Amino acid sequence: MKRRDALKVLLAAPAATFAFTDAEATQAAASAQTARAAATAKPFVPKFFTAAEFRLVRTLADIVIPKDERSGSATDAGVPEFMDFMMIDQPARQVAMRGGLAWLDVECQRRFDKTFLNCVEAERTAVLDDIAWPAKAKPEFAHGVAFFSNFRDLTASGFWTTRMGIDDLQYMGNRSVNRWNGCPPEALKKLGVSYE
Amino acid sequence: MQIIRNRTIYDVVIVGSGAGGGMAAKVLTEAGANVMMLEAGVMFDSSRDSKMMAWPYQSPRRGLPIPERQFGEFDAGWGGWTLEGEPYTSAPGDRFDWFRTRMLGGRTNHWGRISLRFGPDDFRRKSIDGLGDDWPISYDDLKPYYDSIDRSIGLFGSNEGLPNDPDGIFQPPPKPRCYELLIKRASENLGIRCIPIRLSILTQQLGDRPACHYCGQCGRGCASHANFSSPSVLLPPALATKRLTITANAMAREVTVGEDGLATGVTYVDKTTGRENHVRGRIVVMAASACETARLLLNSKSTRFPHGLGNSSGVVGKYLTDTTGTSVRGFIPKMMSGVPHNEDGASGSHLYMPWWGDNKKLDFPRGYHIELGGGRRMPGFGTLGGVHLYHTTAGDGGLVQSGGYGKQLKDDYRRFYGATVGFAGRGEMIPNENSFCEIDPTVVDRWGIPVLRFHWKWTDHELKQVKHMQETFRSIIHEMGGTPMTPMPTEAQGYGIEPGGRIIHEVGCVRMGNDPKTSALNSNCQAHDCRNLFVTDGGPFVTNPDKNVTWTILALAMRTSEYIANQRKGGAL
Repeated sequence: MKRRDALKVLLAAPAATFAFTDAEATQAAASAQTARAAATAKPFVPKFFTAAEFRLVRTLADIVIPKDERSGSATDAGVPEFMDFMMIDQPARQVAMRGGLAWLDVECQRRFDKTFLNCVEAERTAVLDDIAWPAKAKPEFAHGVAFFSNFRDLTASGFWTTRMGIDDLQYMGNRSVNRWNGCPPEALKKLGVSYE
Repeated sequence: MQIIRNRTIYDVVIVGSGAGGGMAAKVLTEAGANVMMLEAGVMFDSSRDSKMMAWPYQSPRRGLPIPERQFGEFDAGWGGWTLEGEPYTSAPGDRFDWFRTRMLGGRTNHWGRISLRFGPDDFRRKSIDGLGDDWPISYDDLKPYYDSIDRSIGLFGSNEGLPNDPDGIFQPPPKPRCYELLIKRASENLGIRCIPIRLSILTQQLGDRPACHYCGQCGRGCASHANFSSPSVLLPPALATKRLTITANAMAREVTVGEDGLATGVTYVDKTTGRENHVRGRIVVMAASACETARLLLNSKSTRFPHGLGNSSGVVGKYLTDTTGTSVRGFIPKMMSGVPHNEDGASGSHLYMPWWGDNKKLDFPRGYHIELGGGRRMPGFGTLGGVHLYHTTAGDGGLVQSGGYGKQLKDDYRRFYGATVGFAGRGEMIPNENSFCEIDPTVVDRWGIPVLRFHWKWTDHELKQVKHMQETFRSIIHEMGGTPMTPMPTEAQGYGIEPGGRIIHEVGCVRMGNDPKTSALNSNCQAHDCRNLFVTDGGPFVTNPDKNVTWTILALAMRTSEYIANQRKGGAL
């Protein structure tokens, strides 16, 4: 089953499966993991991105959020597939995305006479460092800055909303709580506040 | 087209099933009336249909809005600013965004549950500052009804003894989140009182409704009915009387009138078949929402009422107001690398700041309250977006600009998660002659019903108030050692005021008053022109204080419905 189809099945499930016990929430999480595993079993064919664009998107997403000791990379979390879905779902985003990817390749061609994917790491870094910090970027890179900020935000949305991302952030809610006791003492202490 | 005529004559036909319609149905069926309720949208039951406890990855778009659910695909509300086949227009140069929820219970399914009583001053503003009009009733007239809904529907809060933010019959408020305590300390340093908010969410069992389970997702519809919505709280007892019939997918076209000038019923389109129907009633109660009710009355033209039903004064559609609103988000370095814990709590903020200002020292009338947000919320689309706006202070006091990519960025995301707070102002707009709705002269919806055309202008009153909001929020963020994440909006940007309609507190249009020349309804929300026609939504409101309107819609609807029941008993109706 394709990833998209797997998600469709999840969404089409009766609303009652969005129940509110911890056990069922955990089960739902497990289903999503299964869907993701099934999705990676077959090669994904993007609906919006061309094959070349999709290679660039995968590389760029992992540059934005790489694997580290705590969690996997953007591609491990299915971010490129998520981006492809979003481009179809929200056509207003399409031109800026396609044009931004083109801007990046043209900039690399101009500087190094090769595409971003053919650049070595130092060359890639040279271009990215010019567009990744909006507050200190030179005005002539404004279009690249706009693209990269959007791409970074979309990567963040795609990554931190997966089970992997949620666990990494240590978000501990979305569960039924019998009694609300406010914040634990350590959290109060860290902020220097108290219930007294 | 052939009209299918229902031969039953109902005691009451109610148009709309939200706060006003639900309350009317409950009071009137319990008083013995046979009631037909028309709802333009679909049936909905949050115990079956709620998307509570869904995770963002259960949606391929991670919870972003879809056209049918414009507050996000996990939100309970079916509807939005635009509806397929149901347009509305705005006059050239004007903008008003009209939110319509097409489902049983309407907007009560996904509202913020902020349940604030209007205060004594709110009913007599013209007497105080000369602007707008006084209501034909006082706080004392409405107080017993506020007390009654406090007891029967339930809400939490704290009694504070504030003169224009009346106390109520509250369940205990939940403890604040730790960042809310940080906000409270900062605001009180600036002289701004910060107290427990008042939300119609149960913290103790009430009847067969359990206490909140603190998932923080009231907007998705509560499967356990621990918060207030019309289908959770008002319609079940009405249905239990066996005297309530609900017809969903019934788009009302007009209120029909007999030769005696009394309302005889309502014609509506059955949206599932496209057929035209007529339902007869001895009394008609309009609860379709302020603007939809105005539209229906204006479209109910007859030789006797050529300007629409209940509109001999010409005020139907006039005096339309929304709440003023603007917001600012701040990054608070002190909240970075927070201690992981479940911060969901009850939906919305646990604290708020009621209006504290003294208008004698300010350049605008009336006031606003401040709602809070922030902390370690469930990730969704947009989480940790705009990371380049998080500016941290370096050891030497200089600003470190965020952004970048790679391992450093990933670590930044983790440190920044939960380290923002948000402030939203909700203020009072004064009715003005340039803000109203009327029937568009040429445009109809897909059923041929003429649509509304909106006119909308803010005045200096609102713009100066919103400027004050922006400045206040920024002061609090600075007091917390943080940085606002957006620049101060300019005068040309209206100081960041949300477009009219965007706060979804639109009221007025069918205002009440003692003078039939300047009001559509009397002090019992009964049409001056038509004694068996009543309005129980936000239409009758004379002013729109900064207090969110639902609790007052409920109290006023209860008062109106009891009046109808008594008039029926006495034989006057």
